[in-house]
Amino acid sequence: MLTPLLAMIRKDLQLFFSDRRSVIVSFVVPIAIATFFGSIFSGAGSSNTQRARISVAVVDNDRSAVSAALVDGLAQDATLLVTPSQEPAAREAVRAGRTSVCLVIPERFGERATRSLLGQPDRPDIVVLYDPSRQLEATVVRGAMTQHVMRAIARSLAGGAGAGSAAAGSLVFSAPYDVHEEAMAGPNSAYNGYAHSFGGMGVQFLLFAMANLGVEMLLERQRGLWRRLRSAPISRLTLLGGKAASGAIISFLILAVCFAFAIVAFHVRVRGSVIGFIGVIVACSLMASTFGLLVAALGNSPATARGVTTLAVLMLVMLGGAWVPTFVFPAWVQRMTVAVPVRWAIDGLDATTWRGTSLQGVLAPIAVLLAFAAAFSVIAAARFRWEET
Amino acid sequence: MLTVRHLRKTYGPLVAVDDVSLSVEGGRLLSLLGPNGAGKTTTVSMITGVITPDKGDVLIDGAPLSGDTDRKKRKIGLVPQDLALYDELSARANLRFFGALYGLSGAALDKAIASALGLVGLSDRERDLVKTFSGGMKRRLNLAAGLLHDPDILLLDEPTVGVDPQSRNAIFDNLEELKQRGKALLYTTHYMEEVERLADRIVVVDHGRVIADDTLRGLQALARADASGRVTLEAIFLTLTGRSVRD
Repeated sequence: MLTPLLAMIRKDLQLFFSDRRSVIVSFVVPIAIATFFGSIFSGAGSSNTQRARISVAVVDNDRSAVSAALVDGLAQDATLLVTPSQEPAAREAVRAGRTSVCLVIPERFGERATRSLLGQPDRPDIVVLYDPSRQLEATVVRGAMTQHVMRAIARSLAGGAGAGSAAAGSLVFSAPYDVHEEAMAGPNSAYNGYAHSFGGMGVQFLLFAMANLGVEMLLERQRGLWRRLRSAPISRLTLLGGKAASGAIISFLILAVCFAFAIVAFHVRVRGSVIGFIGVIVACSLMASTFGLLVAALGNSPATARGVTTLAVLMLVMLGGAWVPTFVFPAWVQRMTVAVPVRWAIDGLDATTWRGTSLQGVLAPIAVLLAFAAAFSVIAAARFRWEET
Repeated sequence: MLTVRHLRKTYGPLVAVDDVSLSVEGGRLLSLLGPNGAGKTTTVSMITGVITPDKGDVLIDGAPLSGDTDRKKRKIGLVPQDLALYDELSARANLRFFGALYGLSGAALDKAIASALGLVGLSDRERDLVKTFSGGMKRRLNLAAGLLHDPDILLLDEPTVGVDPQSRNAIFDNLEELKQRGKALLYTTHYMEEVERLADRIVVVDHGRVIADDTLRGLQALARADASGRVTLEAIFLTLTGRSVRD
């Protein structure tokens, strides 16, 4: 009983350790993913030197000492990246998704907020314009703003001669202002969380499907099918182009079916350019299918390729903002996301669905995705192992 | 029809094929015989363009084969050693795909599929998935895929590995018929009885080099007769290549 059991265990361990690359991947992938996630989510006290910061545009229409102190306080806040701005530009930046939140400080804010704190019924409104897909960031900004408003007014009161002490007895301990929130979206837009989640998850599974296509190509090689294909009078371009095209068609169908379901079941709408939406899906499909070619070109064996691509896809998807808002990332990671195709795919899909962006507005994501597709194709063609041994 | 001149292929310090020359005419079967690792598959791969030779030429009807898309490749059919088939597709879908690689379509492709399946005795299974086939049926379908586009030259790399005597015999019958039709066949194998039955000429390779190229009768002069007074091909082969194990 024990001898055959031990023999089976020994045999399986021998098999597991026989593919050295696969073994390395099995150990390295979980360590790499855990280290990466840990470095992002470990928060204060970690070795991250630059914390995540939320981009905030501030429009100061008051220009009083209180508002200046408020802006200064916000600018000093380690969680915020404050940019002074004018209202029309700030509105457009939030609408386009370039800035998460915009605070508009009204005229006579300092004077009215101070009076309000002393119990007089004249509460000013601070307008909070926010990207509806980033409500979490807006909540964080509101909390930080309350803290800095109170500090600014307290400093003002403390600085004002006798007024501060005379007023001390009548202080009202509630926020001395009201918040008027406005979700920023284009004239044709309406935020729908499902649009974002279907875009993110659709792209994720697209990449997994295309990585699998690459692994299948490696299996075809193992099974001798490439020997037969290469013996036919067809060019290398046709062979790789055929694979890329079939992958792109499958990818297109996956995204199209995903969004068709979202449209029917969750009222997701293409509020922007329909041509732009199709353009983003096509570009995204080409990017994903050429990613599959890359897997086939760089993969040594199917087992190794599976491990490495799982790591790569998870990284790409997370950095692209499909799982969690990118503001939770350290600043250096946020900067890195411009080199992540998934981010451009999700930006493009968000833009053409709920943001209601025009075709011109999504030309950049389309161009970047096509550039990634071209780069993946060139690398795959250059590194593909054409000779059978 | 097929002429190979001075083919050479090395992988670093390993010389896989060294100065191999041979030729096959229509209606003839040339058997490429050699121990494991002798360079048979590498030679076949160079003839089909799967591997680029370091030196040498492959001539089809006297003209050199060059490049992936050379139309002369249409004259060659490959039956690889591996069962190079898509298990998840039907026999017909496999053949449709492989036929299309050679530019076949429409009625011509349907006719070619029917003819190839008829030859290998799989007409009644054309719509079944390949994964439901026995090993022998897969071998026969592998052969059908190689001759679908009606090539003049058929390269068969150990096409009977792992099949039962019935399927092997059926494949032999197919090859005999192809010879009758004037096809030039290059056949690699380990099985001596196959060579004795099928080959018009035998090329023995070892360590990448041609060490004999003759008819069976010509080769018989090289070895001693056994107790029954017969000179077997196996005795000839062992005389030429030695008795040391190669794997």
